[in-house]
Amino acid sequence: MNRSTLKLALLSTTLVAGMADAQDATLIIESWRNDDLTLWQDKIIPAFEAENPGIKVKFTPSAPAEYNAVLNSKLDAGSAGDLITCRPFDASLALYQAGHLSDLSDLDAMSNFSDVAKSAWQTDDGSATFCVPMASVIHGFIYNKDAFEELGIEVPTTEAEFFAALDKIKEDGSYIPMAMGTNDQWEAATMGYNNIGPNYWKGEEGRLALIKGEQKLTDEAWVAPYATLARWGAYLGDGYEAQTYPDSQNIFTLGRAAIYPAGSWEISGFNTQATFEMGAFKPPVQNAGDTCYISDHTDIGIGMNTASSNPEAARTFLAWVASPAFAEIFGNALPGFFPLSKTPVALEDPLAKEFASWRDQCESTIRSTYQILSRGTPNLENDTWGASVAAIKGTATPEELGQKLQAGLASWYEPQQ
Amino acid sequence: MNKARIRWHILVFLAPAVIVYTAVMIFPLFNTLRLALYTRIEQERVFAGLDNFRTLFFDPIWAEQFWNALGNNFWFFLVHMLVQNPIGIALAALLSHPRLRFAALYRSAIFIPTILSFVIVGFAWKLILSPIWGIAPSMLDAVGLKSLFAPWLGKEEYALTTLALISVWQFVGIPMMLIYAALLTIPEEILEAGEVDGITGMSAFWKIKLPLILPSIGIISILTFVGNFNAFDLIYAAQGALAGPDFSTDILGTFMYRTFFGFQLQLGDPHMGSAIAGAMFAIILLGVCIYLFGIQTRMRRYQL
Repeated sequence: MNRSTLKLALLSTTLVAGMADAQDATLIIESWRNDDLTLWQDKIIPAFEAENPGIKVKFTPSAPAEYNAVLNSKLDAGSAGDLITCRPFDASLALYQAGHLSDLSDLDAMSNFSDVAKSAWQTDDGSATFCVPMASVIHGFIYNKDAFEELGIEVPTTEAEFFAALDKIKEDGSYIPMAMGTNDQWEAATMGYNNIGPNYWKGEEGRLALIKGEQKLTDEAWVAPYATLARWGAYLGDGYEAQTYPDSQNIFTLGRAAIYPAGSWEISGFNTQATFEMGAFKPPVQNAGDTCYISDHTDIGIGMNTASSNPEAARTFLAWVASPAFAEIFGNALPGFFPLSKTPVALEDPLAKEFASWRDQCESTIRSTYQILSRGTPNLENDTWGASVAAIKGTATPEELGQKLQAGLASWYEPQQ
Repeated sequence: MNKARIRWHILVFLAPAVIVYTAVMIFPLFNTLRLALYTRIEQERVFAGLDNFRTLFFDPIWAEQFWNALGNNFWFFLVHMLVQNPIGIALAALLSHPRLRFAALYRSAIFIPTILSFVIVGFAWKLILSPIWGIAPSMLDAVGLKSLFAPWLGKEEYALTTLALISVWQFVGIPMMLIYAALLTIPEEILEAGEVDGITGMSAFWKIKLPLILPSIGIISILTFVGNFNAFDLIYAAQGALAGPDFSTDILGTFMYRTFFGFQLQLGDPHMGSAIAGAMFAIILLGVCIYLFGIQTRMRRYQL
């Protein structure tokens, strides 16, 4: 008697649970953008759920530095979410090849994206696309407008003007000329080397030549940015060697520094933190009138876990992500992440508009180390972090760094041998 | 008819511990060692014999990182042996002094950091030593020694030693407690007999107490060795997986983590990672064996 009651109870709960499942498919999104949690919860997810009743979405980010390790372990263990936020290039390609990401080439909405936008999430031959491109980030410098006005500095466009401005700020002494540290290493490479570098190696031209093996990392175009970075050291704050990334962000938003070498992803955070007016300028060119090149890096995509228990709902979500409606919400909810869809999106944030306007004035490229070149050991991207730090600290000469990087790359990359 | 009875109760009582220990320790350990013998080619796992170890020890790129990490590990251990353990012993000797007041308070205060999480310790010390917000520069400034301050965690030459000293600060309570307990077991009569023979004060410590606590010091040394060569958390919490600046704080634990799970654009390689884990296991095993057979068996013990 007792036992059959229990059975009945168990049976009914499973049935109820099963029915709830049928009504509400829950999608879980894996992401490294823990900064954007509230934006997803307050703006993006409600907009989707309003249009698609019956699908619930949960955004569960982890810390950026741990994301890849955490995600890989979860995928191998079969406990990862339905939707996977994709890092560009090899990290996601490896997941596709290992069978963790579904082929999305047949998704209709994929036609909303240009080939360049899709290239970060395609197989080398371009036959399969496995993530929907979401956004790119643009590099440049954000500056404190009040500080520039106070010191009477014009926005620099050439390198000479840039260093003259830094000298002037340093001389005055009331602001730290530039807010950047070398403790976390990646800023030196991402906001340093890959920010100013495209002007030297002429954007895509140099990047593709490096992949083909026609240029080497010991060439002038690839070594010269290190020489410029070496001059930065003098303008960073006291003890910059132990200054972390959040330290730099805080120093700038507290108004203690005048210039911040930036990625556009900082915009939303800075808007809420800083009390002064901010402006942005693109990486200065060597001589006035030179063509300018900017790093407009395809940074975020989103794909589907092959092990998802709700593939239909997941595809519905991805189709929505690929639609102009999403681009509009995303571009404005997260100023600084620029949607990649072909339909132009009207941006409202002035700082984001400034960054986006460079796309019309300059040639766009992506970070030099991301496509193909960081596939082997030693890892070129990680080595570039160390090299950029060494350049700023002055512990190695630009030529030595070029030789070391070239030797590392040539040790496994055939076109460079 | 003298058939030996199988003593089932022994098996039954041992079983839970053996099963749990095998499932969570022994099996993963040997599986990791097995994983080190494979490699992945085109999505297929293939047996590679000792190739991974050959790469680790002889490929210039891998070997440089491995020896760098191992060297750093030895320095990390050396700092603990030279700073943590002597201070622990000295503190224990002070605490066991019968006329010391508030001994219980000091004991707890010194032991508390040991129970803190690595993440908290790493973060707190990073803030203390921060050149921007930290109290270390202003404290030095207050006594006129500002010129001595450097961004220690960001300098190649100081970072590892700084982290080792932070770890010493955190764990000095452990040798202190163990030695303190050993000192308490020394009977008063022996010390009194020494006093009759004219051995008092410092010489009582050197001639009577120290020889009696040597076995405890041996245990502490081996615990320090195992703990330091398995260390990972503090470095990861304070410096991240790249163990900057320029790998100067890279120890075997962070090297293994970076290789096994991957980092940023570097993809994880569980097989090379397991090879490093295997090397760590061998080093620790060797160290423990040297201690057990070389030192502990020769140590003279006194019956109290």
